[in-house]
Amino acid sequence: MKFNIKKIAPQLLTLLFVILVFGFFSYNAQLNMENRGIDFGYGFLSQESSFDVQFSLIEYDGSHSYFRAYLVGLLNTILVSVIGIILATIIGVIVGIARLSSNYLIKNTAAFYVEFFRNIPLLLQIFFWYFAALRALPLPQDTESIMGVFYLTIKGLFIPAFIWENFNIFLYSLIAAAVSIVVIKNYARRKQENEGKQIPVFLISIGLLLILPLLSFLIGGVSLSFEIPVLKKLAKTSYIYEGGVGIPPELIALTLALSLYTATFIAECVRAGIQGVGKGQKEAAASIGLNPNQILKLVVMPQALRIIIPPTTNQYLNLTKNSSLAAAIAYPDLVLVFAGTALMQTGKAIEIVSITMLTYLSLSLSISVLMNWYNKKIAIKEK
Amino acid sequence: MFKIVKQLTSLVAVFAVLFAFTTETMAAKKSKTLKNTQKKGFVRCGVSQGLPGFSNADAAGNWTGVDVDVCRAVAAAVLGDASKVKFTPLSAKERFTALTSGEIDVLSRNTTWTLSRDADIGLTFVGVNFYDGQGFMVRKNSGINSVNDFKDGISACTNIGTTTELNMRDFFNSKGISYEPVAFEKADEVVAAYDAGRCDTYTTDKSGLAAQRTKMSNPDDHMVLPETISKEPLGPVVRQGDAVWEDIVRWSLNTMIEAEEYGITSANADMMKTSDNPAIKRLVGAEGELGAAFGLDNEWSLRIIKQVGNYGESYERNIAAPGILPDRGPNQLWTKGGILYVPPAR
Repeated sequence: MKFNIKKIAPQLLTLLFVILVFGFFSYNAQLNMENRGIDFGYGFLSQESSFDVQFSLIEYDGSHSYFRAYLVGLLNTILVSVIGIILATIIGVIVGIARLSSNYLIKNTAAFYVEFFRNIPLLLQIFFWYFAALRALPLPQDTESIMGVFYLTIKGLFIPAFIWENFNIFLYSLIAAAVSIVVIKNYARRKQENEGKQIPVFLISIGLLLILPLLSFLIGGVSLSFEIPVLKKLAKTSYIYEGGVGIPPELIALTLALSLYTATFIAECVRAGIQGVGKGQKEAAASIGLNPNQILKLVVMPQALRIIIPPTTNQYLNLTKNSSLAAAIAYPDLVLVFAGTALMQTGKAIEIVSITMLTYLSLSLSISVLMNWYNKKIAIKEK
Repeated sequence: MFKIVKQLTSLVAVFAVLFAFTTETMAAKKSKTLKNTQKKGFVRCGVSQGLPGFSNADAAGNWTGVDVDVCRAVAAAVLGDASKVKFTPLSAKERFTALTSGEIDVLSRNTTWTLSRDADIGLTFVGVNFYDGQGFMVRKNSGINSVNDFKDGISACTNIGTTTELNMRDFFNSKGISYEPVAFEKADEVVAAYDAGRCDTYTTDKSGLAAQRTKMSNPDDHMVLPETISKEPLGPVVRQGDAVWEDIVRWSLNTMIEAEEYGITSANADMMKTSDNPAIKRLVGAEGELGAAFGLDNEWSLRIIKQVGNYGESYERNIAAPGILPDRGPNQLWTKGGILYVPPAR
């Protein structure tokens, strides 16, 4: 190998420049902090946080540490992102396919939805779902129940809590069902490839998913009961539901806004993907006798997915990052809890902002890695 | 002839510049903030995003309030014109970073003086311009007349990044009541959410409650509970490390309070120059050399009183007249039963 100075030099210079810029900024920050008597360090993470958080997936109150508060915020961010991504994907796929429908009403409704929601700033939509929808919801005492067990009020959605006994056995039965479905699916594929015989995999799968957990109830000692929310009087005109699970309206509004907004972009990706598959492919598939369902499943979708996945990954990343707008409507995500309250109480701006940035970076990179893996899996495999 | 006049004027100009340089005292040389402020021609002041009575902008973008008046006093003292202030609205979360990073030079934003803020994060509190305490607002028809009526499961709306969050926890913990904290980044959203019925109570400094109540869709439906659960001395803050600037801000505030004590108002300040009382004469710059210590002229305090008014005038104009808190409570002079007491200007 020949050492080529002309190729290396610009790269070395760039590297040097980057190091110098970073060095300058960190030196400057250090100097300024020293002048103002600010200590730098991450020791505060183990100190008692002494503030409470509205909504947490893990046990937390003000007697826990700042690190615990960080975890609370992180988990809340992940929660809203995961729900948002799932919902946005479902809505996006449905709307994307609907845009290609031959039905005039469906096609134009879908088009209107996309154009409307993707052209309004997300923050406004979050405010809309929070404040407009909030005001429209009734107070707890005026709420009519939905099916006798759900209560949608201005203070949140109250749903029954599941009280499990021997939950782990139920979980094992689900895992067993999942494993056997995979085994059967592989067996069926081999059988079809070798002998041309088809096995109704779908029906068998559903059966397994129903029967195995049912068995766990009948002979495994699993039992499930519900705790239904009950109205409780706090004062003459203020009430709250107790028992059951309360989902805060902030989470509902944020999830709605994020998924409705992101779904419009995903819908466009899906439409582009499907339209990107050549017409000849469908005609060829039809000519060898595949039915429309098989054409979509075996010919169109595998090719469309290759077009859909990369831009959709971007949308997933956007949704995750946009979830930081939660701070505006009091949903205790990473930005509100950690880069908000914790930053204020400790004054450790540089430390906390750097941790928050690194956390979002890691979250985004994890999603990227996952989606890239999936993308590789469905890519054309050269044989 | 014409040429000589021209040469003479340029000569005078040169001398004027030289003179200006030589009269720049040690203090001004030491205070980088003062020098920068005078060079820029305005005081960079951090205020709230809208708290009637303290710092609030009208439709035309004119800021008013007792916190705003502190910055105007500083501008009157160092620049000679109380209107030469650039206001930066800041959220509770942003305020300290904005100050320590040098984006603003005075933070006058209903900020509570606490030990950790003063000692830990590179800030210096220069005084108190409002003695406050945290309270609770509830709906009048709720039947809650005291904090003793609070029950488990109550939801409380508040701002993030304030001492309120910490006091609230201390309070509910000591009472053994479980509660749902709903914390927003901006005060407007807190008000909107509480107003919509999201929370049973809204908690912040009592002055803030009184001010925000005026923003509710129906202010008469709400009331502030009598209990005060914390001490909240609110005051202006400066960056640590510029002692002269710190003194200027501190004594600008003190001047306003002491002027009220001696009955000097924006209207009578000029006449007070001939007063028999030396303390009054010092305050209006007719005696002593008080400004020199900061690198300012001797009329700095007179300008504050003339252009901004004394503390009582500021309170009356901003807080009492709009009906926010007509009763001055502890924010009355010590001579009149309050706790406003500032060191003497001499």
